[in-house]
Amino acid sequence: MGESAPPIPNVVEMRSIVKRFPGVLANDHVDFELLKGEIHTLLGENGAGKSTLMNVLAGLYRQESGIITVNGEVKNFSSPRDAIMAGIGMVHQHFMLVPSQTVTENILLGLDDPRFRLRLNEYHPKIAELGDRFGLKVDPKAKIWQLSVGEQQRVELLKMLYRGVQVLIMDEPTAVLAPTEIEGLFNTLRTMIIDGKSVIFISHKLQEVMAISDRVTVLRKGKITAAGVKTSGITRQELAHLMVGREVLFHLEKKLQKTGKVILKVEDIHAENDKGLPALKGVSFQVSAGEILGLAGVAGNGQGELAQVITGLRQCTKGNIIFNSENITNRPAITAIQRGMAYIPEDRTHVGTAPNLSITDNVIMKKYRQPPISHGWVVDGNAATLFAQRLKEEYDIVVPNVETPVRLLSGGNLQRVILAREISGKPPFLVAFQPTRGLDVGAIEGVHRLLLEQRETGAAVLLISEELEELLSLSDRILVIYEGRIMGELTGGFESEGLVETIGLMMTGTALEKIDLGAS
Amino acid sequence: MSGKLNQKSSLPQWSLPYMIQIEPRLTEPPRWYPWAVSGAAIVVALILGGVLIAIVGGNPFASYAHIARASVGSIGVFSDTLVKATPLILVGLACSLAFRMRLWNIGAEGQFYMGAFGASAVVLIPLLPENASPWLYIPAMILAGLLMGALWGFIPGFLKARYNVNEIITTLMMNYIAVQWNNFFIYAIWTEGGFQMSKVFPRSAWLPRLTDYADKIPVLRGLTVHLGFVIALIAVVIVWFIIYRSRWGYEIRLIGDNPVAARYAGINIKRNIILVMMASGALAGLAGVSEITGVVHRLQGAISPGYGFTGIIIAWLAKLNPFAVVIVSILFGALILAGREIQPSGIPKMIQGIILVCLIASDIFLRYRVRIVRRNATIQEA
Repeated sequence: MGESAPPIPNVVEMRSIVKRFPGVLANDHVDFELLKGEIHTLLGENGAGKSTLMNVLAGLYRQESGIITVNGEVKNFSSPRDAIMAGIGMVHQHFMLVPSQTVTENILLGLDDPRFRLRLNEYHPKIAELGDRFGLKVDPKAKIWQLSVGEQQRVELLKMLYRGVQVLIMDEPTAVLAPTEIEGLFNTLRTMIIDGKSVIFISHKLQEVMAISDRVTVLRKGKITAAGVKTSGITRQELAHLMVGREVLFHLEKKLQKTGKVILKVEDIHAENDKGLPALKGVSFQVSAGEILGLAGVAGNGQGELAQVITGLRQCTKGNIIFNSENITNRPAITAIQRGMAYIPEDRTHVGTAPNLSITDNVIMKKYRQPPISHGWVVDGNAATLFAQRLKEEYDIVVPNVETPVRLLSGGNLQRVILAREISGKPPFLVAFQPTRGLDVGAIEGVHRLLLEQRETGAAVLLISEELEELLSLSDRILVIYEGRIMGELTGGFESEGLVETIGLMMTGTALEKIDLGAS
Repeated sequence: MSGKLNQKSSLPQWSLPYMIQIEPRLTEPPRWYPWAVSGAAIVVALILGGVLIAIVGGNPFASYAHIARASVGSIGVFSDTLVKATPLILVGLACSLAFRMRLWNIGAEGQFYMGAFGASAVVLIPLLPENASPWLYIPAMILAGLLMGALWGFIPGFLKARYNVNEIITTLMMNYIAVQWNNFFIYAIWTEGGFQMSKVFPRSAWLPRLTDYADKIPVLRGLTVHLGFVIALIAVVIVWFIIYRSRWGYEIRLIGDNPVAARYAGINIKRNIILVMMASGALAGLAGVSEITGVVHRLQGAISPGYGFTGIIIAWLAKLNPFAVVIVSILFGALILAGREIQPSGIPKMIQGIILVCLIASDIFLRYRVRIVRRNATIQEA
């Protein structure tokens, strides 16, 4: 094909791509170029059109106009299969794996070879060898459901590598990973680059973008605001500006204030996870009015169970939960709600909202039991609508009307619906579990402001997060949890140098008293 | 660096210049749209049915005209259609209420039988004297039917809430128990002269029919539509009110859409499983009462030609909307009635089937946008 042509620097060129969805112009004449052997980040807020553009390149969507060339040749993909044949593969945010099958079976799925007899034993070593080469350690014989999310992502990567993909698109791959796993993923990506492959990395986390990529293309509202800028020549502030179109305050003004009385006291809590294994092994702490207590830790170290035990969604096997001097241990969830506990769950779509119900139905979730929303057993539809409209205005939820089902909302808007519901009742205590996960910079700032507002109005806030920066800038005190135990508490002085490393050590299982603070 | 791009399309030569593109809808269609789609689906189904009638040598127009005449052609036959629709409305409601919470109650058939049994028991045990007033009989029979239906719903509901037993299996199996339970009574206890049926109920235990008032208003002569139809319509309004306007209905909708979120909102799911199964069973039981006291007037075998199962289809086609259940039930009532007129089986059942398939298939137009686009548009505009 390209023997006689002059050397082509761009592996992929997308020219003037237009893609429309009902009511939105997702890609408005977008150009994109990918060099051979580079990691190129596609940066943008939620809904900026990053995923759409890449779904076009991966053959999942068809562009309405515009040209895609791969190695100088015009391509017209009508299915992901076409794209893979041209050497372009995409790892989606939601994995496409069969849980009951093994790693090898999943990788071979849909290929022509093996044809009929599945001689899996011949393929296991091949898969293992490929994994070794790219630092993707995973047992080829393991069933998908037995694997962690990080391991499943490795299987997706192996699937693409096994198909000989030259251009790999990764849609927000770090959103599901723990900080330690992220480093592993980055190493794999670097190995792939050395191997001559190219990577497109979709993200909205500025930190990672600077850490991993060679060049950045920024999308905003379907249009390019920066094309192929070298990361070495740009600062995070500049990128954030290109992404959201205005200066973003990274450091919020946090007023100094005195804390009030103790609102929540957690005493020696033990609890099991869904599999019946101990998840919390004696956790104790207290939160007072007017303070934000941060809980740091790598995902899956008992944070979820702790939030559930506090809010009455999980039984604890030992210990006490004292809320406003009342023992509410192992009382049903309704008790916590009635006492005024608010809870922003980690999983917005599966826990926090009912996707097919309207915004109105979703915001009255915790208020439908009392006037003015309901009188006796009858729900007052007008009162509910008025309440929803008020919240829509106050919390800036961008929708045509409050009858819209929440499944049509973007991540940021959905989180505003949840925040509106939880915060509007002026709760004395709030559990915020990863409240900014998956949100874009602008939305994150909004959430942070709301949390600080709660603190100023005298509420006690338990902020559970994996984002250290978020914890450091919002919390008054920080606890670090590891394997169901509190590793220590840090109070004040969050600007000091060695602190991040200290927290890092605690997150990986070193108790605070064993860390020599003087040395750092 | 792009100027010299190859403009040749990589498509094969034979491909059509247009193609159909299916995209998921990102916005809600307007309110009238689902109704228009359903209407169009029925029209398409009737056209397809007409083609099939023509293939087997019939005249589709004459057949449809006949069906129309035999179901809605006169007040008399329309009244018969409504009689057929009455039990369908009630079982349709029973299923829509349970399905709304994603409780797959497919035991409406059994609950129907138990409702009929409950109503019969009032007459046949007897719980009331032969000469008691209808004002006593009818409420007593309705209450007995509701209770028996609710009991038949309670058992699978309790098993699911307490032991997480799959309600599809239990409700299905309990259908057979209900039928055999009834058989035991009509064969052994309440048999009349060795026949497998009870004696005819006293007149005061019959639901009043329009024709009963023909002495005073002659126009009503022969109209068999009975009080059960009114009861069914009242039930529709009540169920609608519960689902869309009550706290309990809000809980049902929330659990149905996302049980995890419902738990998070502090809702007791187990309690609701039992309550909804009981309410669903009671509605299906009411259908049994209405049929036995409004049409059959005695307890016997085969009182239902599968109403309980048709109710599942009706609930589904009505998209669980109580008012749509009325419309779909009347349509099905008409097809059952008129079907018997033109052929005992075959064509009418087939038309029912085609309507069903078309309505279910039409759902794609609600969830997706279907567009016809030029194939090479991508190249040209660029």
